Parts: sequence; C-alpha cells; structure tokens
Amino acid sequence: MLEIKDLKSRIGDTDILRGLSLSVNAGEVHAIMGPNGSGKSTLAQVIAGHEDYEVTGGSVTYKGLDLLELDPEIRAREGIFLGFQYPVEIPGVNNAYLLKAALNAKRKHRGEPEIDAFEFLKTAKEKMAALGMDPKFLNRGVNEGFSGGEKKRNEILQMAMLEPELAILDETDSGLDIDALKAVAAGVNALRSPDRAIILVTHYQRLLDYIQPDFVHVLSGGRIIRSGDKSLALELEAKGYDWVREAVGT
Amino acid sequence: MATETENLETLVNRRYEHGFVTDIATDSLPPGLDEGVVRAISARKQEPEWMLEWRLQAYRQWLEMAEPEWAHVHYPKIDYNSISYYAAPKSDADRPKSLDEVDPKLLETYDKLGIPLHERARLAGVAVDAVFDSVSVTTTFKAKLSEAGVIFCSFSEAVREHPELVRKYLGSVVPRRDNFFAALNSAVFSDGSFVYIPKGVRCPMELSTYFRINAANTGQFERTLIVADEGSHVSYLEGCTAPMRDENQLHAAVVELVALRDAEIKYSTVQNWYPGDEQGRGGIYNFVTKRGDCRGDNSKISWTQVETGSAITWKYPSCLLRGANSVGEFYSVAVTNNLQQADTGTKMIHIGPNTRSTIVSKGISAGRAQQAYRGLVRVMPQAHGARNHTQCDSLLIGKQCGAHTFPYMEIKNPTAKVEHEATTSKISANQLFYCRQRGISEEDAVNMIVNGFCKEVFKELPMEFAVEAQALLNVSLEGAVG
Repeated sequence: MLEIKDLKSRIGDTDILRGLSLSVNAGEVHAIMGPNGSGKSTLAQVIAGHEDYEVTGGSVTYKGLDLLELDPEIRAREGIFLGFQYPVEIPGVNNAYLLKAALNAKRKHRGEPEIDAFEFLKTAKEKMAALGMDPKFLNRGVNEGFSGGEKKRNEILQMAMLEPELAILDETDSGLDIDALKAVAAGVNALRSPDRAIILVTHYQRLLDYIQPDFVHVLSGGRIIRSGDKSLALELEAKGYDWVREAVGT
Repeated sequence: MATETENLETLVNRRYEHGFVTDIATDSLPPGLDEGVVRAISARKQEPEWMLEWRLQAYRQWLEMAEPEWAHVHYPKIDYNSISYYAAPKSDADRPKSLDEVDPKLLETYDKLGIPLHERARLAGVAVDAVFDSVSVTTTFKAKLSEAGVIFCSFSEAVREHPELVRKYLGSVVPRRDNFFAALNSAVFSDGSFVYIPKGVRCPMELSTYFRINAANTGQFERTLIVADEGSHVSYLEGCTAPMRDENQLHAAVVELVALRDAEIKYSTVQNWYPGDEQGRGGIYNFVTKRGDCRGDNSKISWTQVETGSAITWKYPSCLLRGANSVGEFYSVAVTNNLQQADTGTKMIHIGPNTRSTIVSKGISAGRAQQAYRGLVRVMPQAHGARNHTQCDSLLIGKQCGAHTFPYMEIKNPTAKVEHEATTSKISANQLFYCRQRGISEEDAVNMIVNGFCKEVFKELPMEFAVEAQALLNVSLEGAVG
C-alpha cells in the first residue's frame, strides 16, 4: 500500500529525514518509535503533504500513485488520514460542519452522492458514544476550547467517520489519561481491517499495550535503524533508546 | 511557513463577475455642477417648487462645506466638475407600465446578474422597485402593497404623489448640511425609494430594491426615505451590483429611516459594487450617509450589512435612540481585498431612557486592503439606564493587509452600561493544512472559516439574502489563498 524509498526531507536549512525506507501493506499496524527530534513527526507530515517540509530525495508510492505529486487534499480523499499531534482550533466553524464537508469531499472524489444529513448524524452519534464523547461536541467550534484529551478523541472521531485506508496517528497517546487512552485505543482497534493500514507514531511503549502492532521501527537521526516485532518495543522500554543507538553504532 | 504565506497572499485574485456594460443610450447632463444643473435635474423630474428650493439650499450649503479628511482612506481628489449629475434611460419619456414594456436589453442585464426580476420577485414574494441608473424602471406587487396601505414607490413619484409625507420627513433624520456628501446628495439626488407603512400595519412582504450603476462617469445619488408609522413593521432589502468601468464612480447616497412609537424597521444591505481591479483602478467610491431615527417609544431599528464591493467605502449606518426603551442594532460584515479601503462602523446615540443598542462588526481583510471600524456610542445625560454592547472582530488573510479599530465612547449618564469587546485573528497556515488534510480544498477551507467568522451577522439576514451573502463572500475572497 505504502512504499517509502530513501526519503530525504528538510525544514528550512535543517535536514531531518536522511534516507528513510519503509514498506507498509494493507492489514498491517506499524509503530514508529524514537527519541525526540528523530524525525517521527516529520515523516507523518511529509506523508500528509505539509508544504513546510521540503522533500529533497527519495520517493513515496501509495496505492501505485506518486504521492509526492499530489496536493494534501487529494491525498486525504485517496484515503490518507493524519491524526495530528496538536489539532488546531478553528473558532466559529462547527465541528459537525467540518466533518460533513470532509466526508462529502471524499465521497465526491469517488463519484458518490453526498451523505444524507440524518444518516450522518446517526453515525456520528454512535461513534461518539463509543469514544465516550458528549454529542454536544458536534455543535461546538472545531477543537475550540477542547481539553487536550478532547482534541485527541475528536481526531479519532474524524478518523472513524472518514474510514481511511491509511491512518497515521502522530503521538495520539501523548497527554492522555488512562481512560482516554483506552477509548482512543478502542477507536483505533475498531478500524483495524485487512483493507487498512495504521501507522502509530509514538514516543512511549504504553500505547502499544492497547494496540498490538505487527511491526515496530526505531527511528534515529532521520533513518530507521532497527525494525522488529512487538518485543522490540518492550526491549526499548526496558533498555532505553541509547541501547539501540549503541547496538547499531550510531 | 514561507510557501504557505505566499499562498495566502495570492488567494485574493478573482475578477469581478458582473463586469459588463449594457448598451442603452442614456440621456445625460453634461459634466459639471452649478445652480443650473440643480434646476435642470429638478425640471426633468417635473418637481414642485418646494423641492427645487430644498435642493438649491442644499447646493448653497454644500458650496460652503469642505470634503472630510478624517477617515482612514486615501484617494485622489475628486473633481466635482468632471462628474455628470444625471443619467436616465432614454425611454424615460414613455415609462413602461409593465415588464413587457421594459427595454429587453435591460431585462437581459438583470438576467446576467442572476436576478430575473419577474420570476425572482414572484417566487420570493418580494416587491422590487428596480433602480437602473437613476430612474425607477418598474415597480411590482404594487397592488398587494396598496391593499395593505403600504406606499412603496420611487422617490420622484413620492414627491409628486405624496408631497405631504415627503415634506414632513425628508431631511428630518439627515439634515441637508449634515455632512459634505449628504449636502451634495440633497442638491442633486436623482432618484431612490420611498416607503411608508401606515399605523399598525405589518408589511406583507420584504421590500427590495436592486441598485445598479450603469452610465459611465455618472455619479449616483440615491435618496431613500422609509417611514414606519406607529406600531408598524417593515423589512427592507437593498442589494447592488455594477458593471466594470475605468473611471472612478462616485456614489453618495442618503438613507433616512423614521420609526414612530412601537414601530420596527429592519434594513438589510448586500453591497457588491465594483471594487476596482487588482491595482485598485476603476472602483466605486461609496460615501454613504445612513441614519435611522427611533423617534417613538419602544421603537426599533436594525441595520444589517454585508459589504464586499467598492474601492473606497465610507459608511456609518447609525441610530438615534430618542424614544424611551427604543432599540438600535448594527450587524456588519465588511470584506476588503486587493487595494480596497473601507472605513465603516456605526453610531448609536442614546437619548431616551432605557435605550439599548447592540453592535456586532466583523471585518475581513485580504490582499493589501485596509479596513477600519469606527464606532461611536454616545449616552446623553437624560438616557438613564442606557445599555450598549459592542463586539468588533477582525480577520486577516495574508500579511499585507490591515485592520484598525477606532471605538469612541461618550458616556454622560452614570447609570449607563457600555461594553466593548474586540478581537483580531488570522487564518493560519496550520488551520488551512488541517482542513486540507481532511480532504477540503484550500478555497473551501477559507470560505468555511470566513463564513464561521461571520455567522453571527448572517443569521440576522432574511433567509434568501443570507444565502446570497454567503455566496458573495466566497466570490469576493476567491483566489485570496492558493
């Protein structure tokens, strides 16, 4: 589904990704771990198409498409979802309105009719209940005055509604209490299917207690320095990032 | 951030849609202004002596006045002798009695503007007194209105048919010498609308006038007078579009509203005059005096405006709150793009006891536009228990535009409560990226954010007008990012 080859990217004059390669197939859950500044969030932003990150080398192929050639909104309509580490507030824009506009943009892209207003509301309320969100959040401004945990749940709600083929969750676990973490994890697990892939970008192993990854990658200095299964995350937790860096000699 | 900022700055470049000139021969006066011109205008309109005398006095007063310079706008000095002060469609002599008699070219123009008069009027249940250039071309739904006793006609007709009402109220809210542009209008006003709602009558439909400036180099001087008698109610809509043009066109209208005891007037405007090209060339100068007088107890006047056009806007719809418990409201959305300049706001003058006013102003600036909110809240010594709430928000798109707020408050009664809130925000690159990541195009994202910002004002507009206003806003900001 996603094939990243020797990807290099920088922001301003600073090189961040220095030759990253990663292959993700449908049905898989990948966890990308690494210390601060290793390039985890940059990878997420580059896949989503943030224009501040300049791609200086390598290639990204998604469902056979040259992803780097597509505008961010086209990538989204093609099924890529990024759960933001810091979701922005958009005062005055109704949460339900944004959600519906996003859904319809995707449907239009696929040649499908707009979603029925009644059906939209019904589905949204079901998904909110599952996430432990008050339906009142639908009528508030997008993330306006939401707590950190509420913002993250709102990201998961959007993901659940948009049903992406490739979901990238950037530090979705950070700043969550245990109840919120469980709710978010349940939301992600509900989305797991043979047709979808999920990339979890995280600093801590904790999230992986609730969402079992198929693969764990350790990112350092803008490259993947080690890949393994779930046990790698546990080993990291026990021994720290220095252990990997020493082991691979970086 | 650099690329996105550039994108933001280039998102404001959509050509004016209604830029075309209808080919109708106009019967114009040559450029220039003197007493002879004032007399000629009055004569062409077959006005009575008192009307001519009123105009002449205004002209003499205007000669002694100076053009105001305090507004936060810049423009080359206007040569008032290079302007033609009267233009009417050639067919003036035999005015059409129905749409069938209207010049087909004119109807075509309405079609291009998306306002097929007959259909739209019937479907929307709106009576339209269409002002094309300076002379009213057609008036519909007269029968239904006259059944209710409502008078809705062109100003010229009112001068002829209802002189007692016109003489009683004309200039009673905006005196001839109120300001430079009002004096000029009083001398040379061409036409406009007159509305009278009798005692206790609720006007059976929304009244609507589409203004349109069409003759090259002709200043348009509209005069509107709306009188709501005791216990009556009226909602009036004013909407405008204009064709593309090279020379600057001066527009100096005067609108007077009078609400007697227990009466209510709701005045809504959607203004979309030609703002000039990207360099600011050829746009309309819009220097308007709009004022409402809550003359009776428990009366209410509400101004709602959506301003997207004109090169320069200078406009302060105001309320004189004379009657006890009277209410004044001002809801405004002003959009400036490219090199547009707007200095707009309101004045709420609290005179009677327990008078209340609400001001909600939303300013959106993009491109290199400059926008100022200028508002005055004055509470007179006798206005016990007066209350005002002002909310003034600015939204900036890109880095080269500006928003300025000049709130003035003069409180002379210690029991008054006056509140002022102001915010300035920007559409950030991160907000746009967030929306795009959800599959929403940049342009749609801007529209969504802008419409969210204006929501409080749009909900004050009559339904079909709100839809139109929203569409207009989207058109005005198309190309403002991206």
